[in-house]
Amino acid sequence: MQLPEHPDFLWDDPEPKASYDVVIVGGGGHGLATAYYLAKVHGIRNVAVLEKGWLAGGNMARNTTIIRSNYLWDESSGIYEHSLKLWEGLEEDLGYPILFDQRGVLNLAHSLQDVRDSVRRVNANRLNGIDAEWVDPQGVKEICPIVNVSPDVRYPVLGATYQPRAGIAKHDYVAWGYARAAHAMGVDLIQNCEVTGLETAGGRITAVETSRGRIAAGRVGLCAAGHSSVLAAMVGLRLPLASHPLQALVSELLEPVHPTVVMSNAVHVYVSQAHKGELVMGAGIDSYNGYGQRGSFHIIEQQMAAALELFPVFARAHLLRTWAGIVDVSPDASPIVGLTPVGGLYLNCGWGTGGFKATPGVGDCFAHTIAHDKPHPFNEPFTLERFTTGALVDEHGAAAVAH
Amino acid sequence: MNFRTPTGGTIDRNTLLHFTFNGEGFTGHSGDTLASALLAHGVHEIGSSVKFGRPRGIVAAGSEDPTSLVQIETPFPEPMLLATTVELYEGLEARGLAGQGRLASISDPARYDAKHEHCDVLVVGAGPAGLVAALTAARSGARVVLVDEQNQAGGALLGVDEYLDDRPSASWVADIVAELKSTPGVLVLERTTAFGMYQDGFVLALQKRTDHLGFAAPASVARQRVWRIRTKQTVLTTGAHERPVVFPDNDRPGIMLASAARTFLHRYGVLVGSRAVVFTTNDSAYCAAINLAESGVDVPLIVDARPEAPARLATECAARGIEVRAGQVVTGTEGEGRVTGVHVAGATVACDTLLVSGGWNPVVSLFSQARGKLRYDAELGAFVPGEELGSVRVAGSATGELDLASCVRQGREAGSAAVVAAGFSSRGQVPLPVSDSRCTSRSGLVLWRVPGDEDTSFVDLQRDATVSDVLRATGAGLRSLEHIKRYTTIGTAHDQGKTSGMIAAGIVAEALGVEPADQRPTTFRPPYTSVSFAALAGRDRGALHDPVRVTAIHPWHVAHGALFENVGQWKRPWYYPQPGEDLHTAVLRECRAARSGVAMMDGSTLGKIDVQGSDAGKFLDMLYTNMMSTLKVGRIRYGVMCGVDGMVIDDGTVIRVGEERYLVTTTTGNAAKILDWMEEWLQTEWPHLDVHCTSVTDHWATIPLVGPKSRDVLAAVAPDLDVSNEAFEFMTWRDTQVAGVPARVCRISFSGELAYEINVTAWHGLAVWETLMAAGAPFGITPYGTETMHVLRAEKGYPIIGQETDATVTPHDLGMSWAVSKKKPDFIGKRSFARAENQRADRKQLVGLLPVDPSVLLPEGAQIISSDHLPEPPVRMLGHVTSSYPSAALGRTFALALVRSGHSRIGETLYVPVSDALVPVTVTDSVLYDKEGTRRDG
Amino acid sequence: MQLIPCPWCGPREEAEFHYGGQAHVAYPSDPSALSDEEWAQYVFFRDNPSGPFAERWSHSAGCRRWFNAVRDTRTHDLLAVYRVGEPMPEVAS
Repeated sequence: MQLPEHPDFLWDDPEPKASYDVVIVGGGGHGLATAYYLAKVHGIRNVAVLEKGWLAGGNMARNTTIIRSNYLWDESSGIYEHSLKLWEGLEEDLGYPILFDQRGVLNLAHSLQDVRDSVRRVNANRLNGIDAEWVDPQGVKEICPIVNVSPDVRYPVLGATYQPRAGIAKHDYVAWGYARAAHAMGVDLIQNCEVTGLETAGGRITAVETSRGRIAAGRVGLCAAGHSSVLAAMVGLRLPLASHPLQALVSELLEPVHPTVVMSNAVHVYVSQAHKGELVMGAGIDSYNGYGQRGSFHIIEQQMAAALELFPVFARAHLLRTWAGIVDVSPDASPIVGLTPVGGLYLNCGWGTGGFKATPGVGDCFAHTIAHDKPHPFNEPFTLERFTTGALVDEHGAAAVAH
Repeated sequence: MNFRTPTGGTIDRNTLLHFTFNGEGFTGHSGDTLASALLAHGVHEIGSSVKFGRPRGIVAAGSEDPTSLVQIETPFPEPMLLATTVELYEGLEARGLAGQGRLASISDPARYDAKHEHCDVLVVGAGPAGLVAALTAARSGARVVLVDEQNQAGGALLGVDEYLDDRPSASWVADIVAELKSTPGVLVLERTTAFGMYQDGFVLALQKRTDHLGFAAPASVARQRVWRIRTKQTVLTTGAHERPVVFPDNDRPGIMLASAARTFLHRYGVLVGSRAVVFTTNDSAYCAAINLAESGVDVPLIVDARPEAPARLATECAARGIEVRAGQVVTGTEGEGRVTGVHVAGATVACDTLLVSGGWNPVVSLFSQARGKLRYDAELGAFVPGEELGSVRVAGSATGELDLASCVRQGREAGSAAVVAAGFSSRGQVPLPVSDSRCTSRSGLVLWRVPGDEDTSFVDLQRDATVSDVLRATGAGLRSLEHIKRYTTIGTAHDQGKTSGMIAAGIVAEALGVEPADQRPTTFRPPYTSVSFAALAGRDRGALHDPVRVTAIHPWHVAHGALFENVGQWKRPWYYPQPGEDLHTAVLRECRAARSGVAMMDGSTLGKIDVQGSDAGKFLDMLYTNMMSTLKVGRIRYGVMCGVDGMVIDDGTVIRVGEERYLVTTTTGNAAKILDWMEEWLQTEWPHLDVHCTSVTDHWATIPLVGPKSRDVLAAVAPDLDVSNEAFEFMTWRDTQVAGVPARVCRISFSGELAYEINVTAWHGLAVWETLMAAGAPFGITPYGTETMHVLRAEKGYPIIGQETDATVTPHDLGMSWAVSKKKPDFIGKRSFARAENQRADRKQLVGLLPVDPSVLLPEGAQIISSDHLPEPPVRMLGHVTSSYPSAALGRTFALALVRSGHSRIGETLYVPVSDALVPVTVTDSVLYDKEGTRRDG
Repeated sequence: MQLIPCPWCGPREEAEFHYGGQAHVAYPSDPSALSDEEWAQYVFFRDNPSGPFAERWSHSAGCRRWFNAVRDTRTHDLLAVYRVGEPMPEVAS
């Protein structure tokens, strides 16, 4: 298929003003969505989004665009399902063709324990009002005929969880939809503007220092994904995060073969076929901390081996392009969204490999948090304090595919 | 029509190859590409464009071609190859594509592999600069690898008719290649594309080993090979790609790069048309015009965008009847399908071919991947390497230097510098050849596009992206090239913008009124050209995807019909169905045997770590929640390990073998992880401790012998052992002989029954197993698998780590406070127990669940609620079912579950939603069988 | 794939190594004396700088020894490796 045209006008490129009510650091999906909901829901329009490079050029441009809400724990279900519901109305809301396509996602199980964990998650999802079902290998085959469900492979597919409302969207379109709409409501989108310092007085944030000068700010929201630790350190705030390279890749354009999204934690691969026909794939993170936006190629090679185990027909598809983003991984594979010890400074980070799907949900909740100086009920569990109390939301285990 | 020249080229005119394209039969020669063979028949039109369905032809002669996408059908379907890079073979079937390829629906039978290569100097590109660089390095004694994507060396020389040192350039090339190939320590790889450049001299290259053989490819040879090259020094002689100029209707078949026409002529003996107009901004296209004219093509006109034509070349053209018009441009073309005329100065010039040259783009992809900064060369109108890198050198036209003499001089300098940097003295004296070239390429005019109909002025021919798309993008407020690339999709197609990227940058700069130098070029990302998934997967597929581990007794299990479960990398017997049995009936039978007679299983996969040293006890006291240092030699203790966060990570028994020696067992799946965990603490935190850990998992075969009759069976095979309860107490071990071989027998039980764990060296495992089976036959000994093991332990409330736990469960939650020392000042995880969350009364705790209807089996993974009707979501969940089985011993079903405040809910009725029903269950203690422990002593 | 210079074995392929996060984070001498906040810092909080970073590696598919390294997280280049117990070397950032 052909992608829809972008509109004739998106945004302009203003000089930063001396002062804003709210400054959002990070012009990725989360930052743009936060600015949009601040303006739209809370009427706060004297807002700047500061982006050190080009808008939505970080993880937003680099992710594999999987959207789902089938997480294990109630806390996660809350925010991801909130997000999924917003996705369902987002095209109309933004007036932008974001190509949200609810083609479903299969999370494969390859061991008996995978099966137990998967069924547990399906049951939890259903009681939380999230569409989910357990499908056996034959059911997997019916949903995605190219998956190899033969028992004669190294790690046979024993079944899968299926969330029909899950899917994909076109990442640039989503980001640009938010950016255009935010801009139209008066938000300044300031690119090539790197934050170099955070200024505080009396325990409150007062301004941000940038490569384009000092910008006074009543409130500041950090939406910088992989760079969150570096920003927080500017006010002496330490975060339980490690920034890792996460690689992804695409093939050339192919006739449609893959109607859904398939994720496998056990063999480490997730695959969809994007609208134009390219296979889009991701894998596990590179093990080490890194801000280099590049990973090691053996990760890609392992991922290819895993992909061919599941999808033998991909053998002669071709790798066209690889890239890497920087993901900020938290100890419990759940985000940190909320207040900080610094007045007027708010934190949105720790989304690890799963931030894209949360874009509308966290944008809405983070805007609420900033506007009310109080977390939205959906992000209330995701405090920084949970690492002290031990009230973690551990999504490593049963919902181990943390993407 | 035959467009093959009577002589010339490197094709083998004695071979005749038959192929089909879009269903029509053609012939070609060995040495042809699919593109050259089609052009030889006058076929320019290959496919159609993805968006507008406009015909697409052949623009370039090599891997930079943006348009000649084909689907190969034989011998095996492969999508999205370029006709310009498919070597012709007998029986080739191909068809042109409209943007999307098609995957085969069957598995690829070909093999793929990878090979590691280490060298001092890697040279990428066997053009003139690369050949000189490689020879310089080789003559200095360095280990050299020379890779080139083509099937023959020569690079740009393959497409020209120049003489070097008064002989055909091919002869100069052949001599160098021959010397390189005969020099020890030098590896010349043809058909090999360096596609990725990583840190520390790591370069990945794809070699196409059998594709050109078609049906004749031997099945025993890997079709493609990934070379993982680790080099000290790299010389990039990757050349330059000619770029076109954009003008209205510049996309018709028959419009191609001038250098491509030269290559098709000189390398393949193919004339790209009958009547060719040339449109250029520089000198190099004049040579194409002259060459074609000399070969019989009617070349009426050269349109040179520069104000003045080069005098000498213009004179040569005049002598051949070629009109040269300076200061003019092509403003459009016409034709249904193939071009039939070009518009110049308001007039139409009839032609069937338009050759275009807009200058040259150095191929800097690998340099950029190596994190080299690029610099905009305004004279060239292209990005060139902008800095020196320590171990990566660039030479030849990849630097933007287009004159042959300079290229080979740079090649020699780079080769020489590379060997010196690699620790050799540069002894390689390579004389530089003298060229008779008439054309230099440097003196160009930078011209991105000719004004005109922007809707038909194509920037990216594969994506159908036009000048108007670019202008819409800048008009929409976009400034960054990355944004414009995404808005227009320019540069994102199969060719990754090799010929279009620079032009797009130039047009954007013009539109924004800035210099291209002011823009950050879009990032070059691996791979340089596309690489098949299968090549990257290599041999790591099927059984080799992840090693399969099997025990010494595995053949017996296979022979006796066991079904297997993957546990980590291990294959473990799951259950042993007899004819007509399903999982449940087999497991009930196996359980009955264990509880009423005797049964045994293969427990060899259990992790075993030998922990030795004078501080071994102290060390284990830190790792386990309970005390291990007080364990007496000869005795065994069960222990639990937590992470620093206080959550259970593993459990198992610890045997005290001697004063300074313990044998620790771990769960099957965690064996390696726990050894690593131990080493990490020992090496990084407590290096002062005298402790050594060794994995002995594979050294032992371990056979739990379980059931009331196990003592009788053991007595029969271990005559030296006093098996009486008094002499051989629970939780002790003895070294003895079992079945005539040395054995260690432990009196431990994971079932609650009288049980022995017999350990022998793996070497004897199968024999001992068979002896036990024979000795147990009178007692009806029954082999059992992991499922029965799970049922037996669950009846006793013993948790399985990873099944009852999920990284959120403490020993207290499991009801194992008895295994948590209150005496020890510290152990790993202890401090975390004091956190607020751990103190909550409503933590999830392990309990038993008995469905009120004893025949109802709860699904594992079911959730638990307190309400007897299902409220609207979100429903508050109290926990979930971790294990659930029918029990022969209990005569009913039962389950284990983690339930909020579970320990204080004993006796309560809760509800488990199953499909649309709610199953009432009674909460019980987790120990459901033989609570008093009367059975363990037999 | 990088080359990592194991201080015991010499340069080896990255795939032979296991990453261990920040170095020089000592296990507290008396965890029970720590506040919940201090304990949480030990358990969950690590430096995450963009630039030189002292970190732990284990040559898990080689000599199985842990060692420390200073690596620039921006470029991923290893600036220094040193054995456990040795002080962190000075590196130019």
